[in-house]
Amino acid sequence: EAFFSEILLCKNELNVTLNNLCHWMKDEHVDKNLVMQLDSAFIRKDPYGVVLIIAPWNYPIHLFLVPLIGAIAAGNCAIIKPSEISKNTERLVAETLSCYLDTDCFAVVTGGVPETTRLLENKFDYIFFTGIPPVGRIVMTAAAKHLTPVTLELGGKNPCYVSDTCDVTNVARRVAWGRFFNAGQTCIAPDYLLCTIEMQEKLMPALREAITEFFGPNPRESPDFGRIVSDKQFRRLRALLGSGRVALGGQTDEAERYIAPTVLADVQPSDPAMQEEIFGPILPIVVIANMDEAIDFINARPRPLALYAFSCDSKIVNQVLERTSSGGFCGNDTLMHVTLTSLPFGGIGNSGLGKYHGKFTFDTFTHHRGCLHRNMGLETLNAPRYPPYTQQKLGLLTTTFEVKRRGTCTLL
Amino acid sequence: NPFAGLVSHLRASWLSGKTRPMEYRVAQLEALGHFLDDKKQQILEATASDLGKPPFEAELSEIFLCKNELHETLNNLSRWMKDEHVDKNLAMQLDSAFIRKDPYGVVLIIAPWNYPIHLCLVPLIGAIAAGNCVIVKPSEVSKKTERIVAEALPNYLDKDCFAVVTGGVQETTKLLENKFDYIFFTGTPPVGRIVMTAAAKHLTPVTLELGGKNPCYVSDTCDVTNVARRVAWGRFFNAGQTCIAPDYLLCTKEMQEKLIPALRKAIDDFYGPNPRESPDFGRIVSDKQFRRVQRLLGSGRVAIGGQTDEAERYIAPTVLVDVQPSEPIMQEEIFGPILPIVVIANMDEAIDFINSRERPLALYAFSSDDKVVNHVLEQTSSGGFCSNDTLTHMTLTSLPFGGIGNSGLGMHHGKFSFDTFSHHRGCLKRGMGWEPLNAPRYPPYSQQKFGVIRAAAKVTRKNDCTLL
Repeated sequence: EAFFSEILLCKNELNVTLNNLCHWMKDEHVDKNLVMQLDSAFIRKDPYGVVLIIAPWNYPIHLFLVPLIGAIAAGNCAIIKPSEISKNTERLVAETLSCYLDTDCFAVVTGGVPETTRLLENKFDYIFFTGIPPVGRIVMTAAAKHLTPVTLELGGKNPCYVSDTCDVTNVARRVAWGRFFNAGQTCIAPDYLLCTIEMQEKLMPALREAITEFFGPNPRESPDFGRIVSDKQFRRLRALLGSGRVALGGQTDEAERYIAPTVLADVQPSDPAMQEEIFGPILPIVVIANMDEAIDFINARPRPLALYAFSCDSKIVNQVLERTSSGGFCGNDTLMHVTLTSLPFGGIGNSGLGKYHGKFTFDTFTHHRGCLHRNMGLETLNAPRYPPYTQQKLGLLTTTFEVKRRGTCTLL
Repeated sequence: NPFAGLVSHLRASWLSGKTRPMEYRVAQLEALGHFLDDKKQQILEATASDLGKPPFEAELSEIFLCKNELHETLNNLSRWMKDEHVDKNLAMQLDSAFIRKDPYGVVLIIAPWNYPIHLCLVPLIGAIAAGNCVIVKPSEVSKKTERIVAEALPNYLDKDCFAVVTGGVQETTKLLENKFDYIFFTGTPPVGRIVMTAAAKHLTPVTLELGGKNPCYVSDTCDVTNVARRVAWGRFFNAGQTCIAPDYLLCTKEMQEKLIPALRKAIDDFYGPNPRESPDFGRIVSDKQFRRVQRLLGSGRVAIGGQTDEAERYIAPTVLVDVQPSEPIMQEEIFGPILPIVVIANMDEAIDFINSRERPLALYAFSSDDKVVNHVLEQTSSGGFCSNDTLTHMTLTSLPFGGIGNSGLGMHHGKFSFDTFSHHRGCLKRGMGWEPLNAPRYPPYSQQKFGVIRAAAKVTRKNDCTLL
């Protein structure tokens, strides 16, 4: 998992950037109106300056490196603040990263809440934060004092709707994979399932089979299943196990911070597991009567970072997409949409603001500067705009600057 | 919370999906066009009353430029709205990967008084085009125009989805307590901070179009007559109350000497020997602003103009010379018809001067030598840039318009407005079958499986691409 998320995906971002950087950096020439035909009009890609990247603990290399790639590509200097919770990775980043980068332009700062608060008192030219919504508010409030633009990659409860027409085996595997990867500590993991009571009955044995296939009869002995990052997070998750009814898993071991891959059935919207982002290997199932009820359920809650819909019927997938709002969307799978560098990755509402990955990261850390180069001469072209004003001058001006309404364009 | 009902009504309308179909958005946008046509005369009269705006200027900035944005949007909307299909890797060849353009929901647009219709309508065009519901808060300082917006505009738009709220600081503060899905603010940096802080409570994304002191560097190699005309026009348009007006000049002492007579002639050509009698020169919007600007006349030495009339809120087109960086006029955005000249020794000193100050919304450089212009562009940072002219870069709908640092964040105009008010939703639609394609990613993990994934998902490094 670490190879895939911390190394391979980062190298992909690096290669996309290196393959395209000179092309992204170039001035982008734009359409001109009649009067500016002799001018040069383009968008210059300028760096912001000194940027701050604050990363969390769940994908501790990936979530600072991928933004850092974009920040460097866009020509900025950067301060990285890795998470103090993933201690060994933090040390690796703090001690070795600076050996690879120009220490005049790039630095790593370590610490907890007090240090981060002091860091945020400084004026940065861009702040990129990945973490939870309450801290996102704190970061944006600090940024507002300096009018610093921000990208906030936050989280929430990512709904996973499973329609009655689906291949239950495939759905169970794909959902289980997305939920239990990294022991559930993934901002885009399917957080809870929405399906009918009939589908819940069918899914249970399929999920049981998928979990056994992935992790064996005793996942605690599998080398392929993670652990919870800290005692505090472990205890938080253990408290959620009381919601609904444990249908699969439910075992825990505090010494190892192990929580078994768990499925909770018949969960009520008022249960604890439905009040916060789970961020652990627990999948609650909330029963609804039909797709419309599922959509209403989703829309009554804060907008999630990811939204999943499973159906053999593409009309259903399209309807869910059309009638909901989320950071990103994936039909008939989980997590995979973020592995494509050509898709923007970001939240909406409580799940965040801004987007990145691929060229979107470069664009995030770039100021798009509208530029016009005119001629020192050719003053007669400017004459109609100067006072004394006349109707005739106005007529001339509007002719040369005008954007005309064309016939309605048709959807191709 | 007096606005809670209104906001939740608009949110319900948005959730109903009413604003999504293209036909709906086109109808609302065309109605905006009718508003501009039907109310043109009233708008010209209102802005003339509010800030002495010459009808020519009002027609240009409040009607014509808005119609350009409207046409640009209507001409391209179906294309902008379409799902944008993106490149896929090997593993996803059978899938559908695209960017869906979703509205944010309920957006708030707060507009200032200097271009009171334009600065409401241009963002509104983007917000409607992107499928949002909108609350517009016009400025209470430009009172007559505020009344047109509050009374007439709602009759052209669907009242379930669009509303105008009026009021001053108190009402705006209460409005900002509500949760909006996007806030677009045009105004001063201090209020920008207040708006962003309020937005942060709800994690609401913002665009802030602010301001600052826009430097205007004039090199020694230039056509002095042309420079003087272009700078005077940019400075005195709307009596200087323009966020992208050239705020101060930077040039050598020799150039200052040459520019003064040229500026005097330009002002005389434009407004006649007594600009107070010209129908083509505006007034200051309020007594408070008039007194603020009048105080700045004490800086440096008045070389041209300097006359004022408090009853009319008239300040003559004025040029101040030998202005010191420490003087009052160099401490704040002027936003009035006064052009201070700060003498520097050479281009490098001008660049250092600019870079030691807040990053401006616009930066101007005049030179017959391209290398000089390019050097200034390269060595500085600003919202936008224009060489050998002032203001005109904002008339091109294809250029992004926005600030950096203290002058703002975000950008708009043309497609950039549509993009500002759209959430770019990354979407992947996969098949329900084809499960063997997924097999390598599942536990139990093995080196072999990892090899297969890597081959299907990796991005290879190509040879260095050359600058074309």
